[in-house]
Amino acid sequence: MQTFQKMQALTNRAKAVDRKPMTFLERIYLWNILKGMLITFSHIFKKKPTIRFPEQTRTFSPVFRGLHVLNRDEEGRERCTACGLCAVACPAEAITMEAAERLPGEENLYREEKYAARYEINMLRCIFCGLCEEACPKDAIYLSETFTPTNFTRESFIYGKDNLLIPNPKTEAADLAKAKGM
Amino acid sequence: MTLLTLDWILLIEKLVLIVVIILASLGIALYTTFAERKVAAILQDRPGPSRAGPYGLLQPLADGVKMFTKEDIIPNAASKWLFILGPGLAMTASLMTCAVIPWGGTIELFHRKIDLQIADVNIGILYIFAVVSMGIYGIMIGGWASNNKFSLMASLRAASQAISYELAMGLSLIAVLMVTNTLSLGEIVKQQQTGWWNIVYQPLGFLIFFICALAECNRTPFDLPEAENELNFGYHQEYSSMKLGFYLFAEYINMIMSSAVMASVYFGGYDIPFVDDAHVYASIGNWAALIQVGVLLAKVVGFIFLFMWIRWTIPRFRYDQLMNLGWKSMIPLALFNMLVTGALILLRMNHWHF
Repeated sequence: MQTFQKMQALTNRAKAVDRKPMTFLERIYLWNILKGMLITFSHIFKKKPTIRFPEQTRTFSPVFRGLHVLNRDEEGRERCTACGLCAVACPAEAITMEAAERLPGEENLYREEKYAARYEINMLRCIFCGLCEEACPKDAIYLSETFTPTNFTRESFIYGKDNLLIPNPKTEAADLAKAKGM
Repeated sequence: MTLLTLDWILLIEKLVLIVVIILASLGIALYTTFAERKVAAILQDRPGPSRAGPYGLLQPLADGVKMFTKEDIIPNAASKWLFILGPGLAMTASLMTCAVIPWGGTIELFHRKIDLQIADVNIGILYIFAVVSMGIYGIMIGGWASNNKFSLMASLRAASQAISYELAMGLSLIAVLMVTNTLSLGEIVKQQQTGWWNIVYQPLGFLIFFICALAECNRTPFDLPEAENELNFGYHQEYSSMKLGFYLFAEYINMIMSSAVMASVYFGGYDIPFVDDAHVYASIGNWAALIQVGVLLAKVVGFIFLFMWIRWTIPRFRYDQLMNLGWKSMIPLALFNMLVTGALILLRMNHWHF
């Protein structure tokens, strides 16, 4: 029968495990418990890293991808032209829209001749990847820094134009400033 | 008509005292649950409950409302009366302890001297031991009546643990009693008011008593009866609503009472440290008694913090470690302590001066 030889240690870092039976003083654990208690006591004075959420929020980087907004131009016209590129780019198929033609007299509402009559994003399907933002040729859709919508029904997570459009900078300037957190 | 010779005012006085002390212990226990969560949070670098009321101070009330409004379930297979009796017994036993603890000196009201102690029984310490052991029945009955093997196992553990540690506790206490020569808690405190606190004479005895008190209260590291990872929930597995609340509450009241006993026996009870209490009485009268109550409560709070600090520091013992510690370490140490104390007392009686 072959006997295995002890392999030679390549480093001197290995330490033999001490398997001595515990002495009486070790068996009543007092010293070790005291050491542990001093460690926990020192934690009383440590800084608490908690962010008390609704009152305090974590500061996000400018590239944070939160809930979507549909943009308007400086004159308050909707930028979206319902080309559908965002819906095509969306890997989660969360975006859908219906296009409509701009009628005479609506030039102050819509920037292009074609616009999105309905525009819906299912926020439960959305994975907040930001590909819609990249796909948009008209700078119409952006991901904001808002997050954590909560609600009781699934339907309420399908955001329509009423939820997505930003306030009109001409007529609702105060709302817009508030939404931007200024 | 011996009935009419009763001191009726004494009866009323004691009744008021009982109501006040029980309500106070319940209130303190309520806030001990809050303190437990807060201490746990602070030791773990969290802020802890902070939503209910300013600084979360209404949290215990919210917990109480939650407990009351939960559905009260009695399992089909449970032994119904024992199932109900269990938490009641646990609660009663823990509340009964407060009868013999001296909460303060004497107050003079309407030309009557009122002791702030419900009953100065001359075997106060033995009474406490008897009542605390009754508390284990609450756990045992609850665990058995649940008709659930985990609960039964937990209550078996609770019983064996209580027996093992009560032994060492009693032995460590005997050494104190040899020093004080009395079993009455009121007398023990009065002796410490004039002389040194008993902790000076009995440091080892106090250590053993403290460890055993942890075990008696089922606190970590001795909380084997409610070892979640082994026994699901322990003896209160099947309990819900206020019955569960009673068990949890009884644990906290036990903690307060054992803190009060430790403060009274080893740390001078309501004795104001570094001050001659008689002088204080002479100068401010009744206020001195209130200060004494405050001092005792401060000591109790200190002990409760120690209990919690230990709880959130060390993990639970294994069952064999528990038994080894109890029988092979605590009892020999307590016996040693008793022998040394006895020898020193004997030497002193034979006119050895040290």
